[in-house]
Amino acid sequence: MSFPLLTATAVLPALGAIATAAVPAAQRVAAKWLALLVSLGTLALAAVTLVRFDPDGARYQLTESHAWIPDFGVRYQLGVDGIGVALVALTALLIPFVILAGWHDADPMETGSRRWRPTQGFFALILAVEAMVIISFEATDVFLFYIFFEAMLIPMYFLIGGFGDRAHEHGDEAAATQRSYAAVKFLLYNLVGGLIMLAAVIGLYVVAGSFSLQEIVHARADGSLHMATSTERWLFLGFFFAFAVKAPLWPLHTWLPNAMGEATAPVAVLITAVVDKVGTFAMLRFCLQLFPEASKWATPAILVLALISIVYGALLAVGQRDIKRLVAYASISHFGFIILGIFALTTQGQSGATLYMVNHGISTAALMLVAGFLISRRGSRLIADYGGVQKVAPVLAGTFLIGSLATLSLPGLAPFVSEFLVLVGTFTRYPVVGIIATFGIVLAALYTLVLYQRTMTGPVRAEVAEMPDLRVRELLVVAPLIALLIFLGVYPKPITDIVNPAVKQTMSDVQKTDPQPEVEAAK
Amino acid sequence: MENLIALLIAAPLLGAAVLLCGGRRLDAVGQWIGTVLAAASFVIAAVLFADMLGKSPEDRTFTQHLFSWIAVGDFRADVGFQLDQLSMTFVLLITGVGSLIHVYSIGYMEHDERRRRFFGYLNLFLAAMLLLVLADNYLLLYVGWEGVGLASYLLIGFWQHKPSAATAAKKAFLVNRVGDMGLSIAIMLMFTTFGTFAFGPLLGTEGHSGIAGDAGEGKLTAIALMLLLAACGKSAQVPLQSWLGDAMEGPTPVSALIHAATMVTAGVYLIVRSAAVFNAAPDAQLVVTVVGGVTLLFGAIVGCAKDDIKKALAGSTMSQIGYMVLAAGLGPIGYVFAIMHLVTHGFFKAGLFLGAGSVMHGMNDEVDMRKFGGLRKYMPVTFVTFGLGYLAIIGFPGLSGFFSKDKIIEAAFAKGGTEGWILGGVALLGAAITAYYMTRVMIMTFFGEKRWQPDAEGHEPHPHESPSSMTIPMIVLAFGSVFAGAFFSIGDRFVHWLEPVTGHSEGDSPVSALTVTAATMVLLVVGAGIAYLQYGRSSVPVTAPRGSLLTRAARRDLYQDDFNHVVLVRGGEHLTRSLVYVDHTLVDGVVNGTAASVGGLSGRLRKLQNGYARSYAVSMFGGAAILVAATLLMRAV
Amino acid sequence: MNPVNYLYLSALLFTIGATGVLIRRNAIVVFMCIELMLNACNLAFVVFSRMHGNLDGQIIAFFTMVVAAAEVVVGLAIIVSLFRSRHSASVDDASLMKL
Repeated sequence: MSFPLLTATAVLPALGAIATAAVPAAQRVAAKWLALLVSLGTLALAAVTLVRFDPDGARYQLTESHAWIPDFGVRYQLGVDGIGVALVALTALLIPFVILAGWHDADPMETGSRRWRPTQGFFALILAVEAMVIISFEATDVFLFYIFFEAMLIPMYFLIGGFGDRAHEHGDEAAATQRSYAAVKFLLYNLVGGLIMLAAVIGLYVVAGSFSLQEIVHARADGSLHMATSTERWLFLGFFFAFAVKAPLWPLHTWLPNAMGEATAPVAVLITAVVDKVGTFAMLRFCLQLFPEASKWATPAILVLALISIVYGALLAVGQRDIKRLVAYASISHFGFIILGIFALTTQGQSGATLYMVNHGISTAALMLVAGFLISRRGSRLIADYGGVQKVAPVLAGTFLIGSLATLSLPGLAPFVSEFLVLVGTFTRYPVVGIIATFGIVLAALYTLVLYQRTMTGPVRAEVAEMPDLRVRELLVVAPLIALLIFLGVYPKPITDIVNPAVKQTMSDVQKTDPQPEVEAAK
Repeated sequence: MENLIALLIAAPLLGAAVLLCGGRRLDAVGQWIGTVLAAASFVIAAVLFADMLGKSPEDRTFTQHLFSWIAVGDFRADVGFQLDQLSMTFVLLITGVGSLIHVYSIGYMEHDERRRRFFGYLNLFLAAMLLLVLADNYLLLYVGWEGVGLASYLLIGFWQHKPSAATAAKKAFLVNRVGDMGLSIAIMLMFTTFGTFAFGPLLGTEGHSGIAGDAGEGKLTAIALMLLLAACGKSAQVPLQSWLGDAMEGPTPVSALIHAATMVTAGVYLIVRSAAVFNAAPDAQLVVTVVGGVTLLFGAIVGCAKDDIKKALAGSTMSQIGYMVLAAGLGPIGYVFAIMHLVTHGFFKAGLFLGAGSVMHGMNDEVDMRKFGGLRKYMPVTFVTFGLGYLAIIGFPGLSGFFSKDKIIEAAFAKGGTEGWILGGVALLGAAITAYYMTRVMIMTFFGEKRWQPDAEGHEPHPHESPSSMTIPMIVLAFGSVFAGAFFSIGDRFVHWLEPVTGHSEGDSPVSALTVTAATMVLLVVGAGIAYLQYGRSSVPVTAPRGSLLTRAARRDLYQDDFNHVVLVRGGEHLTRSLVYVDHTLVDGVVNGTAASVGGLSGRLRKLQNGYARSYAVSMFGGAAILVAATLLMRAV
Repeated sequence: MNPVNYLYLSALLFTIGATGVLIRRNAIVVFMCIELMLNACNLAFVVFSRMHGNLDGQIIAFFTMVVAAAEVVVGLAIIVSLFRSRHSASVDDASLMKL
């Protein structure tokens, strides 16, 4: 038996979480370093996984399968396809940056404040989230997936509710109230989604007699498992609802701005760049593969919702006064693009959507973390409280600008490739939808540049005049992310090569082929 | 030799990377790094040009394939370059004028603390612009297209501490984004129609005709119109013209390089490059000529009323690009002349802007022409070079503008039919207005009496000639403004040079070339004469008079911004504000309402928990009794 | 004698116990009523054991006695400490467990 690489990738951060939590209270710094080392170790394991993964090999690789609850046919079954392995790598990649960026976020409050901040807990929770997210990307058993899909809410709840921003315009008391509101809202939304999904999971077991993704897909493909049209649709809706809450898709999005606004910037990155990706990933893996017919049936409605998300998220981003909420609404717009790509049911759309998940993770992390550095300096999240930062902190402003440009999908940076693929993929099948989605790129330019202009340019405001530029630790966080954005923008091939075969498989699951051009190129 | 193409781009890109990431250590030498790398790019271009001249005209397309960029399903985009005569023309113009302006900036930006960054941005611009003209497919072109947009954004907003500059930069980027939307839709349309968007298979190379003409005319018209939208954004054509005037907030070398000589002409490049598409879509071509004609007049009228020397020149740039777009819309009879005018315009307009910069340099950065006057004595070199540029742009016989603009006017008439007459007439009228506003600029700046005033801090300006690092580029450009046109036109050199790429046909003009030239001359004299009467004979008031209705409209850019403000900005603000409200109250309200009603229900249920052991016991007994009763009942049934 | 009569007695005792639990306030009385209910059950178990002719009921009755004894220990301790802190043995005074 070979080394269980996938289990190891998830177990290492889980053990790390326990170990970090167990570090004595006095050894606060040691806990941070431990967490960072564990996350780097996980990154190394994920890198090995990526190398060991053969894009042209079997669909699911590095598989592991053990009986778990035999009475219900639940198995501990792991395996990654190109899409899964890319997202595992993304998660493992981002966590060290999240930890490094949040290095001081959970330090004890300055003396005089009675609030207690369990530093160890903060980092342990981040690692716990990492472990659960990774195993969600790897699980090929529906029940196993469901458990971790839901379980990751618990550490996220504490991360949002327990470690808010120090910066709040209405003081600590109001901050605590809003924070717990955001955390509860996050939890309730996702729990409701999860419960509906649980019903669908059970329903699926009743119909199919198995929780194994591969078994069900095979059985459906060779006709041995027949599913009535209405059953399939209901089950599809149950799954999709949960994923649409997590993703989030309009109109189930309102928890995201609250959660991202109240959480610290690194936690906000964790939410939008890592945890939410499970939602879109699961649409690709579970909705499309388990319920191909229902997926096709629901496509028009989902495309409309995705379009609304794109335009609506962007418009609301324009209207925000709060930097972090602005990024949250921008993310809603971007998730619209991802879902659009998935349900356009073209290879360009789906490869683009997968690439988009990766690129959005990196670009939002870059923008949000720099925004977090900015906010921690001034102690305010309001855009109006800034101005002229460029003059006093040019490096900070420069990185912020690059993050903004990545958000508006400037060609040459990674998000452009994915956004364009999604647009092309959508356009080939649904030209009108593609054209409307293209408006999103104009709106994206509007909200990012307005944000940049209001915070960074203009005369220097007195409150920011003393603002220090990025420190070494902060530069260490941002520089690699920016380098990655540029690299993947110029040379996305490493990812597309891994993702393409998996997308081809998914396309054959739903029995769709790309539309052909009118005029055949002379080849 | 072909492997040098990538180096063309790599040199300035390296410069940008080094200068922008290098930190303060490079502050002292930044300008030299930037200039040397720009010049290196020019040298490589010259080497390639010499090599190209050595080959037969059919054999002059160089290609270089670097790597596969995006490959998903049938969607393939490569990073590859194509250097043909059209690209070569642009490469020489970009690197040549670009290098000169780097040199000029060494003097102009001498006292700016962020000079290193300025040169980094300039190099970034060169790299992006070269990528734009060297790309061998539309998607890579798009990268360059937005890359120059970014460089333009950074450079317009270079003095970011000025809110007006930051706003202008944002506006330029946004308006361009609307155009970019057109380009991306065009690429998507090409992909769905042809399955490719690479120049080779689509547009054809070296004798092989592409497949561009094989699609239905409706599709081709759609593609062409989307390309036109892109061109309108980048080249400041109506209706996306509003950003160019504001873009003058940037440092003057930027205005000269980006907003006069090179970037704004990218739209013309796009149209001429896509000739195969436009040729098969006559309706779209008509729209192109209309856009060109309207912009030609629009820019010229705006240019007449502006007192800000740079904005007057910006209006002129719009107008001249209108000529180019008009020519490009004429099809094979106009492509070559569009590019020829583009090149000569690159010389004289860059020279004019540099001259304006030189004037501002000597006048405490004053831009209001009403506060200039009589400067010819103080700035002789600037005066002479600016004067030569002036003569070139109004089409003084023998100078560059004369050759290139005349050809466009002839071609417009040669379009034939009513359209030909209208377009020709518009072009002729434009020539007259050009003569008027340029004469106005010339007189207000260099002639008449001094009208200088101390600036806000009370410093009296002391006009002086600029340092040689600034005057030398101006002299070189003036040289080009004088001789380029004649050089290109003698023996139809330029036509023969570009013909293999763009194709060329002589139209059948209803009016003879001589008549056109004569008419142009008459109109030139009339236009210049009116300006002389208005501004040369009588003194120029320091504060602008109220002016006629048209003047007031032109001063406000024919109300373009007011229109945008009312329709887009205010409408958009209302929309976003109401959406924020809706999101908060309606979408979120439904959820919060559910939560509240659940909370209310549980509040009522909570009252049952009164804490008395006896009442709990009652419910226990009651429950047990109900269970027993139910069991009995079930058994009975 | 007909064993069913013992069942009637058991039911009567149980009802008396239940009524006592519901209406009396003194904790000690409530407690005794609970014991009464338990013993009513015990009686029923024994009767059923006799009627069915096996020992299961008697075994359960022993269990019940053990449980009742344990309950007495814990319950009395609670009542005593309650009385000490509140100087009253009324169950209504111990109504602090509500939300």
